[in-house]
Amino acid sequence: MKAAVILFPGSNREQDAIRALEKITGKIPSIVWHGEHALPAGIDLAVLPGGFSYGDYLRCGAIAARAPIMDAVRAHAQRGGLVLGICNGFQILVEAGLLPGVLMRNANLRFICRMQHLTVERVETPFTSQYAKGQIIKVAIAHGEGNYIADLETIARVEGEGRVAFRYCDARGGRGGDANPNGSVNDIAGIYSQRFNVLGLMPHPENLIDPLLGGTDGAGLFESVARFTKAA
Amino acid sequence: MKAQVVVTLKSGILDPQGKAIEGALKSLGIDGIGSVRQGKIFEIELAANDRTAAERLLRDACEKLLVNQIVENFQVEIL
Repeated sequence: MKAAVILFPGSNREQDAIRALEKITGKIPSIVWHGEHALPAGIDLAVLPGGFSYGDYLRCGAIAARAPIMDAVRAHAQRGGLVLGICNGFQILVEAGLLPGVLMRNANLRFICRMQHLTVERVETPFTSQYAKGQIIKVAIAHGEGNYIADLETIARVEGEGRVAFRYCDARGGRGGDANPNGSVNDIAGIYSQRFNVLGLMPHPENLIDPLLGGTDGAGLFESVARFTKAA
Repeated sequence: MKAQVVVTLKSGILDPQGKAIEGALKSLGIDGIGSVRQGKIFEIELAANDRTAAERLLRDACEKLLVNQIVENFQVEIL
């Protein structure tokens, strides 16, 4: 599988994404600067990593979403190519209009950095085939603006089309209350595009790929992508 | 030519920052405040001298970057 990790000014999780991709797919991804106008030929997956692009100025992800490379990312998605936006990458994808809704300041106004349980909502997607349906995974979250909202009509459409990828929950799968860290509507932690080839999520699966670092529950996402692109 | 763009959150959108400010004002004993919502002001200098062209340009700037119209409203004012 060929992957590219997009580097924006202020990205800071790109090495984590690169390490996860290399460890699980066996191939070192290319790094693409945001000022480029094209992705490397023949890539299967474009990753927008976490961080604080442009220092979160204006709105988180807003300036990066207008970077020259984003037209190429949009074209890649339109061709059916896979796009994964993690944390700030998710914020960039919603600002770029590749995913619906918006990520607002956490409801409690705090930057939250902790381990968090999620439910895997569906497993017949390029990003989750290596998980079990309804599986509860434990990954890291680290964000100040992860409070997902959209208008009621959009939420109804996203829910109706089964486009919620992950929901926040507690260790037993219970939802709401303290299990929802940031106030996201319907406990939404990640969503898919209409064709399920674009995924944006606030949590950091790329940090949970090694038992030494607290668990391997994030590995399934990268294994899924690797398997999908091998089959394609 | 100078202009001001005011960006505010749409009604119904939760504004935790505004809420926190509202709470702080109340705790300072500043009475009579019903609610606070926080927005942004952009002060912009323009090369254009034509008001209509300036307004069009600013609307374009708002729609393309300054405003996320999912959650925000804007007002353009030429000074």
